[in-house]
Amino acid sequence: MALCVFLGPVVAGLAGSILPSFGYFPALGGEAFSLAPWRALAAYPGLGAAAWFSFWTGLAATLLSLAAALIFTAAWRGTVWFKAFQRLVSPLLSVPHSAVALGMVFLLAPSGWAMRAVSPSLTGFERPPDLATAPDPFGIVYVACLVVKETPFLFLMILAALNQIPDSPLSASARTMGYRRTIAWLKAVAPLVLRQIRLPVLAVLAYSVSVVDVALILTPVTRPTLGVLVLRWFNDPDLATQFVAAAGACLQIGVVLAAGLVWKLGELGAGRLFRRWIASGDRSRGENGLRVGGFALASLVGVLGGFGLVVAALWSVAQRWRFPDVLPSAWSLRFWDRHAEALLQAAGVTLTVAAVAAALSVLLALACLENEKRRGLKPGNGALWLLYTPLLTPQIAFLFGAQVLLVTIGLDGAWVAVIWFHMLFVGPYVFLSLSGPYRKLDPRYRAAAVTLGATETQAFFRVVLPVLLRPVLVAAAVGVAVSVGQYLPTVFAGAGRFETLTTEAVALSAGGDRRLVAMLALSQSVLPFLGFLAAIMIPAWLYRDRRELSGFR
Amino acid sequence: MLGPLSANFAGLMARVKGALAASVLIGGLAACGAVVSSASAQSADARWEAVVEKARGQEVFWNAWGGAEVYNDYIAWVGEQVQARYGVSITHVKLGDTAEAVRKVLAERSAGRSTDGSVDLIWINGENFKTMKDNALLYGPFADRLPNFALIDTEANPTTVSDFTVPTDGLESPWGMAKLVFIHDQATLPEPPRSVAAILDYANANPGRITYPAPPDFTGSTFLKQVLYETAADPAALQRPAGENFDAVTKPLWDYLDAINGSLWRGGADYPKNSAALRQLLDDGEIDLAFSFNIGEASSAIAQGQLPETARTYVLDGGTIGNTHFVAIPFNAANREGAMVVANFLLTPEAQARKATPSIWGEATVLSIDRLDAAGRAFFDAIPSDPASLTPEELGATLPEPHPSWMTRIEEGWLQRYGS
Repeated sequence: MALCVFLGPVVAGLAGSILPSFGYFPALGGEAFSLAPWRALAAYPGLGAAAWFSFWTGLAATLLSLAAALIFTAAWRGTVWFKAFQRLVSPLLSVPHSAVALGMVFLLAPSGWAMRAVSPSLTGFERPPDLATAPDPFGIVYVACLVVKETPFLFLMILAALNQIPDSPLSASARTMGYRRTIAWLKAVAPLVLRQIRLPVLAVLAYSVSVVDVALILTPVTRPTLGVLVLRWFNDPDLATQFVAAAGACLQIGVVLAAGLVWKLGELGAGRLFRRWIASGDRSRGENGLRVGGFALASLVGVLGGFGLVVAALWSVAQRWRFPDVLPSAWSLRFWDRHAEALLQAAGVTLTVAAVAAALSVLLALACLENEKRRGLKPGNGALWLLYTPLLTPQIAFLFGAQVLLVTIGLDGAWVAVIWFHMLFVGPYVFLSLSGPYRKLDPRYRAAAVTLGATETQAFFRVVLPVLLRPVLVAAAVGVAVSVGQYLPTVFAGAGRFETLTTEAVALSAGGDRRLVAMLALSQSVLPFLGFLAAIMIPAWLYRDRRELSGFR
Repeated sequence: MLGPLSANFAGLMARVKGALAASVLIGGLAACGAVVSSASAQSADARWEAVVEKARGQEVFWNAWGGAEVYNDYIAWVGEQVQARYGVSITHVKLGDTAEAVRKVLAERSAGRSTDGSVDLIWINGENFKTMKDNALLYGPFADRLPNFALIDTEANPTTVSDFTVPTDGLESPWGMAKLVFIHDQATLPEPPRSVAAILDYANANPGRITYPAPPDFTGSTFLKQVLYETAADPAALQRPAGENFDAVTKPLWDYLDAINGSLWRGGADYPKNSAALRQLLDDGEIDLAFSFNIGEASSAIAQGQLPETARTYVLDGGTIGNTHFVAIPFNAANREGAMVVANFLLTPEAQARKATPSIWGEATVLSIDRLDAAGRAFFDAIPSDPASLTPEELGATLPEPHPSWMTRIEEGWLQRYGS
């Protein structure tokens, strides 16, 4: 029931993109069904290339992120480097995607930091060379940016999953059989981990295929992704283009599903190869390569993401900073100073919405999962798909229909509406962060509590929840981060009357002032960062005398 | 700084009001005779008084592009002023794209909300206006009911009532005059090219140093219009809708673009996204020429530390494309009277002169100076000149916007040739 109310906008949103794609949109005079929007879509120059570009970059980014997170964990778990990366994860996760993309441009563009560092001393360039480095025509930097953003997320999901997997004894016993460290972990633990993080991986895939803001920054104007095209159509002043946009949005869903299908097939194939590899009993071949590769990938993620942030921080206090100066020639705190008040105000709104949306989503997810557990229900596939629809559909397509629903029931511009719309996007992430650890929780904990005389409810609050505290907090932190990043849902549901850090950032970044954009990106990162910090620190402090629960081993 | 302003304020308003009443009266006299006009002037006065009365206490949600600090600061200043003078408060809803506001109004109509809408005032022009007008999403006519509208000479300044050749019919009120201006860095390029033909020669001699924002970004589209206008055999054809003559009229444009494309920045394989990105490239030293639709861009960018002190503005010898931008009120606006009061305030000499100040915004006024009284002129006389910007006299001729049908097809053609 609760789920139905929650998902109302999803159905409205879907209808709002599917019906117009077949020419039905009464407010614009489209009252008969036709295939004209699809024909117009097919005739658009470069459509095929754009769809293909979205498709392969999404798959590549997901594959690389998963490989980086998994191999690094396998090779370096329990070392100083692992701890170092663990510390870097929260700041990287907290930075909005668009900020990481901007950081990459600050770093890699012909006028970027990397080029400044060697100019004119080594290169002789007094002016930036005319080279397409970021954005580049091949999509390399674009994929790299997605990997920088998604690897930490998958890494965090792996960490959360490891809470329920007896990985130390497993890999220890594999190692006593002569398997080397990385191989042991990959063969004995990775299959269990992969099973638990299947949903987060699919979410990463869906996100990477359909992301718009990163693509806007890191792809050349002449090589757009499908998501960028859909956004262009929706923003076209000629409202007749809305029909094409709706068809494009449906195609986008199709591309996401196709990528999911290919991923699934790849999973089967890879699974077969993997089993053969395990069965081969090979104990050390590739160990060194994997260790070096895992380290290289993780440090690439760290360096690109970390330096991007450092350059952003420098830009935010620069007054003048021209090529080829390595550091700003004039400094100024005026951007921070001038906007401090507005930022604090926006931060208040952002935090309220994010905290409520994340808390409610966690409660809802726990209630669903607990309900499912007690009634012994199998998770319903239909409801699940509906839950994930907001992640699969281009936001802008989906939100128009959802907004019509809001206006009809007279809720637009209300706090309730903004929080509700945020939950549409926060909910799925919270649910998929939490459901793996929850379902895989060893049932004997609960059984033991019940045999000791506790009721189901007591068992839930006194045993299940404490054991799951870390995944719950991580899920909440992910939820906060997702909520903080929402732009269109805030604008649509809030009727433009809710100024959050992200609405400020998007509006101001349209002016293209690097210093302002850098400052906003940093301030957008603060709240999620605090959230992730709390998710790590709270269990560590609460369970400081319970090693297995504290998360630090 | 605000102290003396508000102290003077009552006297000032009295003067402005006097001037207004007089100009309405004179205008009326000329048109239709003494008795009728003074009566209608009085009743118009009374009607406006009623609007002002009703506006008091309203909160106007002004949906306006929020991408530039200088514009946002100006809007904030307007908010302070109308609050102090009329008790009307403004909430600036900062948009990344004006189309967002258009869609919001559309969604409200789809849901059947014909009153109490969430958008009260939109900063708008061109295609967005045409869309809203064609779909009957606007309130009005209201512009000619604003007392200060009389300060505009719509005959001398036809773009104030014709938005990209589409008649405004009083559905939007003029706010400012935009004109394509070019910006160069004196230190690297002392003698910039002064015609589109010269720009082509410069690009071919200096590959990679010239580019333009990708259409449909309006600055990029305006550059194409400029080329179209300068190369077309008969520019007058552009004022009528494009028809079968499209290929013939636009052929020189495509020849020009084909000739310049390989010499552009990135060899024409990528384009900046908008005029802000273009300006950034100029500051980075990647390119030699930027252009903007904001006459005061160079001055405000220097003041903001976004361009070198040596940046200068210039215009092409044959004149450049110019147009007017407006504010409009959606059909279902909840605070329509407050929105009208704001639109009227935007047309006061004080607000227009402030907007024309290079370090604040630097845009030409829509008012006709010869219709202002001494107090009104004093505001404009007090504007300090700025070496990076041009004076109104230096801005040269203004070429009219072509009919929108030309750009729709040119943008399609551009996309097919260079966009993918």
